[in-house]
Amino acid sequence: MAAVETTDVVVIGTGFGGAIPAYYLSAGGARVVMLERGPRLATADFTQDLRLDTYTRIVDLINGTGMSVVAGNCVGGGSVVYFAASLRAPSFVFERQGTLGRHLWPTSITRGSLDGYYDRVESVLPVAQQSWDEVSYAGGLWAAACARAGHTCNPLPVAVDLQQCTSCNWMLNGCVFGAKRSMLLNYLPAAETCATEIRPLHEVQSIAPATTSGSRYAVTYNQVDPSDYRVVVASGTIEAKLVILAAGAMGTPVILQRSAAALGGMPAAVGRYFSPNGDRVTLGVFDEAKVRDLLGLERAPGVPYEAYAIGRPITTASYDYLDASLPEFSRFSLEQIYFPPIVDILAEDGVDGPPVWFGVDKRTLTTKFASWLTVLAMTEDANEGVFGPPPPTGNFIRASVAAGVGQLSYPTAPETRQGWDAADAAVKAIVEKDGLAQHLLWKGGGNGYSAHPLSTCRMGDDPAISALDAQHELRGHPGIFVTDGSAVPTSLCVNPSLTIAALAERASALLLQRGTELGLTLRARVPPPGRTDAVRRRRCVNPV
Amino acid sequence: MTLDVTRRELLQIAAAAAAAWKAGPWLVRAPAAFAQTPPGDPATVATLEAFADTLIPGEKRSPDDRAIAGAAPGAGGVQAGALAMMSFPAAGTGPALPGLAAGLNVHATTFAAENAIVLDPSVPPFVSLDFARRTTLLVQILDGTGPDQLAYFALAGIVFLAYHTAGFLHTTDALAAGHPGLVAIGFPLPQADGKWRFPDFSYRQVLAQEHPLTTGLGSPP
Repeated sequence: MAAVETTDVVVIGTGFGGAIPAYYLSAGGARVVMLERGPRLATADFTQDLRLDTYTRIVDLINGTGMSVVAGNCVGGGSVVYFAASLRAPSFVFERQGTLGRHLWPTSITRGSLDGYYDRVESVLPVAQQSWDEVSYAGGLWAAACARAGHTCNPLPVAVDLQQCTSCNWMLNGCVFGAKRSMLLNYLPAAETCATEIRPLHEVQSIAPATTSGSRYAVTYNQVDPSDYRVVVASGTIEAKLVILAAGAMGTPVILQRSAAALGGMPAAVGRYFSPNGDRVTLGVFDEAKVRDLLGLERAPGVPYEAYAIGRPITTASYDYLDASLPEFSRFSLEQIYFPPIVDILAEDGVDGPPVWFGVDKRTLTTKFASWLTVLAMTEDANEGVFGPPPPTGNFIRASVAAGVGQLSYPTAPETRQGWDAADAAVKAIVEKDGLAQHLLWKGGGNGYSAHPLSTCRMGDDPAISALDAQHELRGHPGIFVTDGSAVPTSLCVNPSLTIAALAERASALLLQRGTELGLTLRARVPPPGRTDAVRRRRCVNPV
Repeated sequence: MTLDVTRRELLQIAAAAAAAWKAGPWLVRAPAAFAQTPPGDPATVATLEAFADTLIPGEKRSPDDRAIAGAAPGAGGVQAGALAMMSFPAAGTGPALPGLAAGLNVHATTFAAENAIVLDPSVPPFVSLDFARRTTLLVQILDGTGPDQLAYFALAGIVFLAYHTAGFLHTTDALAAGHPGLVAIGFPLPQADGKWRFPDFSYRQVLAQEHPLTTGLGSPP
């Protein structure tokens, strides 16, 4: 019988939540193996292409009941496919009580206590503030419409090298110019310099008690075919002292659910409290003449706007409704965002009566695609999503390579609906003022849509409503940690990536202490990753 | 042309197709030849074309075109390659197409019976319906709560991907060939080297007051 492979730490997933602790633990002296379900693509491998077998290599569409979720599936995870808006969550988020009427975040985590970690992530990625000269036409139009309706609007910070960025608007495909600061350009190469081993196409199935002395857990995985992730080509097990789950909020709870029997039970909050970050997308179809006459905008002679597809996908947002004095479920940001035409099916057609989202009127509407402007409201939802029993393998049933059916149910709560309605009304008031645009909803298929799954294995002080303690450790299972979006207790009212990363920074500092208690030999403090190979090597106990 | 199966068999096929999409039957790779090739059965093809044409209507290819209703001028979903998209391996729908088409015809047969519509036996039942009735039926299926809603919404998604993204072609090739959907939505062209870059992307103006409590790097308070 072959010897069981062992290491110090297995990290499951390579997005923000996995890459950051992998760096700190390997730089601190631990042997780290990262298991990533998706493939590994580098800048040269990305494409600007809508052919269905290009972007679908790195991003999944998981259809639940009531909610569909878009999630990264590659080395770098969501950071490869995200739109790089990098905002700190407003202070009131950390005080939320939701529908339970209880403090949902650990009291040790506040905006103030997290600011130092936000600072660090902003420095490492790094994050850049866009000037008005760097705001896309769509972002400018949104800002001008907000201003005319009496609102403020801000250019947004983004994890993008603005000098290298060509404003090509293909961020979902990964960045062919190497300008988007994904984990592929910072934490992951720094971790690999410190001997972290990244294994793509390794889909973790479950965790069980270890069989070897010195290890605590055994992690079982399938290796999947790079051209069809439904095809299993091999399987294996690796044992470790620590396991860090960062398979994303759609992946982490499923692995834990499947592991419950072997591990002797799971906290009840595993696979519950899913939040789509309150995501709510609506569409403005702008009247070009009014863009010129009411807003005074003209991007070329005779062309007021017609630029939905031009420029970085997220450039401006209004923070006016992020007002801590407003009651819960009425606070949200309103962010300009571009979606490639892969989602064109969703918009209603703008004409009363059925059919709502297809047919002759819809075809007519889409001829105005260039005059579209989509707005993403990130609201406060009620964490009402629940996962059913796990599928036989993976985290959803793949009907095609990159899409299928998950176990998530999202029975929209009245409070969530209240937040969405308030956001819809706010956007409508802005874009329809004096007939500037027609405001339309996404109605195709009936589901909600989110690119920001959260909270499926959340932290908290109260064991009754949280799966993790305030140190990200899974209750009842010492040595298992969750450091991805699953750990975030509530929606954030802004894009979650920077907060997930800041929490992972905070968790990493705690892990360097806790890892020592659990039998690892680690440095107590590790500086953030360097930007050059030479500096990165100096940061490692055992550089390669 | 008639469908050479009984109504009971059709119902069984349709139920299986719907359940299949939900339950994920293709855990092993579909045979490459099957996945690559559009369905050869004329009834299946005509039914799926009529489905695509109802979602994204276009003009008839010839005066005797039955699948396309001709409800809108110019190219619609069928001309944009809906069938090629449905059969594109990454779409995952190829193996399910005969069942999905059969299911549509079951729905159409039931719909016709309920509404006292006399179907033309020379074409599949769904094709036999006029455009307004095809639309009414698809509203029932796609905006309904039936067990096959998700399967048909997924198939509708494939039709939209054909028209709005030419998802069975490289985008540069599709634009070079004048793909009707990409042209209709005005999808921007790449530069001469085939890459998209937008040197002109901004009004380069201050267009709103910023929130007074913004942090130094632009976050909310």
